[in-house]
Amino acid sequence: MPDLSLATEDWQAIALTARLAAVTLLILFAIGLPLAWWLARTHSRLGSLVSALVAVPLVLPPTVLGFYLLVLLGPQGPVGRLTESLGIGLLPFTFPGLVVASTLFSLPFVVQPLQASFAAVSERMLEVAATLRAGPLDTFWHVVLPLSRPGLLSAAVLGFAHTLGEFGVVLMIGGNIPGRTQVLSIAIYNRVEAFEYAHAHLLAGCLLVFSFIALLALQFINRAVSTTPAMLRGGA
Amino acid sequence: MSGVEARFRLERPGFSLDVTLELPDTGVSVLFGPSGCGKTTVLRCAAGLTRSDHGLMRIGEDCWQDSETRRWLPTHRRPLGYVFQEASLFPHLSVRGNLAFASRRGGQGDRPDGKLMELLGIDRLMDRMPAALSGGERQRVAIARALCASPRLLLMDEPLAALDADRKREILPYLERLHRRLSIPVLYVTHALDEVAQLADHLVLMDQGRVGMAGPVGEVMASLDSPLAASDQASVVLDARVSGHDSAYGLTRLDVDGIDLWSARVGYEIGRRLRLRVHARDVSLALFRPEGSSITNIVPAVIEAIGGDDDATQCLVRLRTGSGAQLLARITRRSRDLLALEPGMVIYAQIKAVVPVV
Repeated sequence: MPDLSLATEDWQAIALTARLAAVTLLILFAIGLPLAWWLARTHSRLGSLVSALVAVPLVLPPTVLGFYLLVLLGPQGPVGRLTESLGIGLLPFTFPGLVVASTLFSLPFVVQPLQASFAAVSERMLEVAATLRAGPLDTFWHVVLPLSRPGLLSAAVLGFAHTLGEFGVVLMIGGNIPGRTQVLSIAIYNRVEAFEYAHAHLLAGCLLVFSFIALLALQFINRAVSTTPAMLRGGA
Repeated sequence: MSGVEARFRLERPGFSLDVTLELPDTGVSVLFGPSGCGKTTVLRCAAGLTRSDHGLMRIGEDCWQDSETRRWLPTHRRPLGYVFQEASLFPHLSVRGNLAFASRRGGQGDRPDGKLMELLGIDRLMDRMPAALSGGERQRVAIARALCASPRLLLMDEPLAALDADRKREILPYLERLHRRLSIPVLYVTHALDEVAQLADHLVLMDQGRVGMAGPVGEVMASLDSPLAASDQASVVLDARVSGHDSAYGLTRLDVDGIDLWSARVGYEIGRRLRLRVHARDVSLALFRPEGSSITNIVPAVIEAIGGDDDATQCLVRLRTGSGAQLLARITRRSRDLLALEPGMVIYAQIKAVVPVV
């Protein structure tokens, strides 16, 4: 009978992964909210360009993105030189490096649902808010965000879950340092490599159950929303 | 300076707008005209929702925009209320939440004015969500919300156009009550003459992006030169007071500045003020007081003017009664010549129908 309790190393990986997903999600929202709002409202060509750029991680192999990031952030790369001259040091193989990589990699999963729900907020609602003396920021907080609640939830669940599950980018930019950059997906890979299938099962199972529950919750939320469309769109 | 001054010039492909409006600083000014004549654009310009190429918007001492001095206040810095054609309530907020959204930003705190709620009949709807309201209720809430922001000017863009006839009848009395209580000017856009007759103090006729004629509603409607005079809709609006009922015959006696007119019974108490609309086509003329006529309302009046081209079949005659009320009569040109009607003559107007606008 193999030992099925999690080892310290596994716990470290789980904690690190959760921390990475949480920090990444915060940054994703800080960048994603204004970016998605701008993309939803702009008619400029720059908008299409930025839209395409944001979507690139959807189709690019994660290792490719990781490789370019490694080059960019490394000692010879422009960003690497900048961070070194600022006294931050080099980002690859550190937690901040992982955060940067995860943020870029998960950006479309946050921006796209946000952009779709922002675009569904009618121009009329914004005009109404303005005639009631709400400035642009006020309107964004008190009209746009509440009306976009399903999009916000989707973005949060997808952003978090996607960061949890990534592998390629993390491996390229973070490596495999237990307690520092070794995230759950990589810990699983290690267990498999070492033929520790029982442990691999345990970790993989945790990830599977968590992802499934998150997506299921999202389904229920979206269903609740779609049965009362007038409540969340601008049409009343 | 008092009053409202608005000047907007706008060029768009296939449409040009060039209007100057000087409106009184109380009462309801109605912008009336066919669809596509630019009424709504004027309202949107006044609110700052549409930016005109050249414009001025001044209300009393406050200037909201002036292209001469490059002054421009964005919509959220203009103290106005705007009621859109379809009641655009915030779907994520209850009625109370919608009103509080406005009153908080209008500097009135969280509790909207209870009298206003009662006046518009929405005091019982406060905890409902917009999706659970009828079209008429939504529009009443939207009007209350616009007023909760303590506006200096209320702009209303065809607020009844999206409602069916029953809902219109339900909401018009509320508007009329509101009209008598409001101390701020109202700019009201419509293409329904009923609403003009009921609500307007000041009337602006618009066509193809230009102002055709403007002035007190009685004057504009009684004018022989206005586009209205040429249409089948030619009519006058009279202010009346209910002075009695004849329940045996189902009639109501209305007092118009000392002249008694009878209409089909209306369910208002004696003393109640209301407006009447008298269509030109319902008024005929006689040189002598008719005897044995089936028409109840016969009023002596002086001919003020006779309009209409010399080759038209019909012409329009403007009359003034002893008390100063004006009437329009549509008669044939042949009758005009047979009776030898001239301005200054005293004649008798037979009014076939008096329509209380309710």
